[in-house]
Amino acid sequence: MTIYLPIAELPVAIFTIFAMGLAVGFISGMFGVGGGFLMTPLLIFTGVPPAVAVASVSPYMAASSFSGALSYLRKGMVDLTLSGVLLSGGLVGTTAGVALFAFLRRIGQVDLAIALSYTALLGAIGAMMLTESVRAIARTRRGGQPQVRRPGTHSWFMRLPLKMRFRRSRIYVSAIPVVVLGFVIGLLGAVLGVGGGFILVPALIYMLRVPTQTSVGTSLVLTLVTMTAATVLHAQANGTVDAVLALVLMIGGTVGAQFGARAGQTMRPEYLRLLLGLLVLSVAIRVAADLVRPPADAFIVAPVEGPP
Amino acid sequence: MSGPRSRAGRRLAAALLCVLAGAAASGAARAESVVLSISQGEVLITSSFAGADLAIFGVAEAKGAGTPPPDVVITVRGPTQTFLTWRKSQVIGLWMNTDSRAFLDVPGFLSVMSSRPAPTFAAPEVLRAEQIGLDRFLLVQRVGPDFADVVASDPFRTAFLRIQAAHALYQEDPGGVVLLAPNVFQAQLRLPGHAPIGRYEVHVKVLRDGRVTGEARTHFEVARSGFEQSIASFAHTNGILYGISVALGSLIVGFLANLLFRKE
Repeated sequence: MTIYLPIAELPVAIFTIFAMGLAVGFISGMFGVGGGFLMTPLLIFTGVPPAVAVASVSPYMAASSFSGALSYLRKGMVDLTLSGVLLSGGLVGTTAGVALFAFLRRIGQVDLAIALSYTALLGAIGAMMLTESVRAIARTRRGGQPQVRRPGTHSWFMRLPLKMRFRRSRIYVSAIPVVVLGFVIGLLGAVLGVGGGFILVPALIYMLRVPTQTSVGTSLVLTLVTMTAATVLHAQANGTVDAVLALVLMIGGTVGAQFGARAGQTMRPEYLRLLLGLLVLSVAIRVAADLVRPPADAFIVAPVEGPP
Repeated sequence: MSGPRSRAGRRLAAALLCVLAGAAASGAARAESVVLSISQGEVLITSSFAGADLAIFGVAEAKGAGTPPPDVVITVRGPTQTFLTWRKSQVIGLWMNTDSRAFLDVPGFLSVMSSRPAPTFAAPEVLRAEQIGLDRFLLVQRVGPDFADVVASDPFRTAFLRIQAAHALYQEDPGGVVLLAPNVFQAQLRLPGHAPIGRYEVHVKVLRDGRVTGEARTHFEVARSGFEQSIASFAHTNGILYGISVALGSLIVGFLANLLFRKE
């Protein structure tokens, strides 16, 4: 059974798309990440044009992060001040990202940019999580405490001027690295169709020493706002948001996320981080292989919108 | 599925009758007159659209008894689009798009069907002048400051044709036209689900002894219907408002999902 996507202008198998939403939703619920880094490549693989895939994942992420953020808000695990400062950088980053995406599309290097950033980002984050979680597992095996928040000296970037107190996160740091972090997340979100949760959560935990649960809650609020903004901006600048595609994805995704969250709660956090690290790293290797391997076809054809 | 099929069949029969009547009524013009009919004047895209089959019927005026059957070529071209064809090559170990050619205002869909392989019924000069066949179809490229078509063996041109053909957007079928009677022909056109939206021109050429003796044109439209059309025109005419509606819609879905699973 197929359904016609009015913006992508092609029919897709509705259950395939629904199952993808379900599977990615399961993973995102389990690990507390948005799952955009999996969803976008999967959609492109099904034949959806990359521009439509990136833009239509944004409303999907807005829906799933809103659902998650509400739960964390009720439990009081969202630092709204921290989200606000991150957002001030994030919104500028999203706007810049949508413009950058339009530019890359014009010069024909969108594929390369997406592949390179995926490899670099996912490779680095995946490797980092892998080593950290293996160390944590080794520590618990030896009978030690699996600690993530290590007391220690503050890094140079936390001692910059414009210091702010974030009560919920129990930190007192310069606003500059927080704004920059927000900007980078917003930029990546718009260009790669990823929420940035898989970057933001580790960054908040390891760099700013925010408690894990508060990191996830705060990251969800940030994803919610940047992805809502990205939806509107992509619709306006590129006209590539497919409402039908997004709807099928978000129905599958929100259901999958609930089951994923339940599965995730039964696992030890360090094993969870190890699994996520492996997953992120394997996506990076897959994308990198495509960059280095000679392509099956050296030519590609892309339609040009508007006057050339 | 039998309902629409049989309805289409009946419409075809009616169309065929009209064609025959038209052929009988046509006068003796200098060029051979050709009457043409198509099973659907409009292909509507609904949410379950996955492609369409159209039947093209035609009658060529017979030049008296004993005339051998003609050769028929049907060219169907969809709405024009400009395409960029990129060539990847290896730069410091990475495969990236390095060189491109723009194919300007070429058909987004192109199908060439004939009753026999083209080289068997006409000289190369005739085929080229009449643009019969994909290899002889004029595809204008921008080459630096100039606009020109290139030789058929140009790597960008062949790659463009190959990729469009792989997506069933460009088709060539040297046996696609069937002669039902010496002067009555029929062809089946297969439109893929991702065929571009817009006006399709159908151009028929009838050849005898290697020369074009008659031709006819008709057209049909491929259009989104109802819901698909509303969404697409909303997205194109008012992008910001469309984006805001989609964003609001996704927040509602998120809220409902949270509400639904809250207890558990």
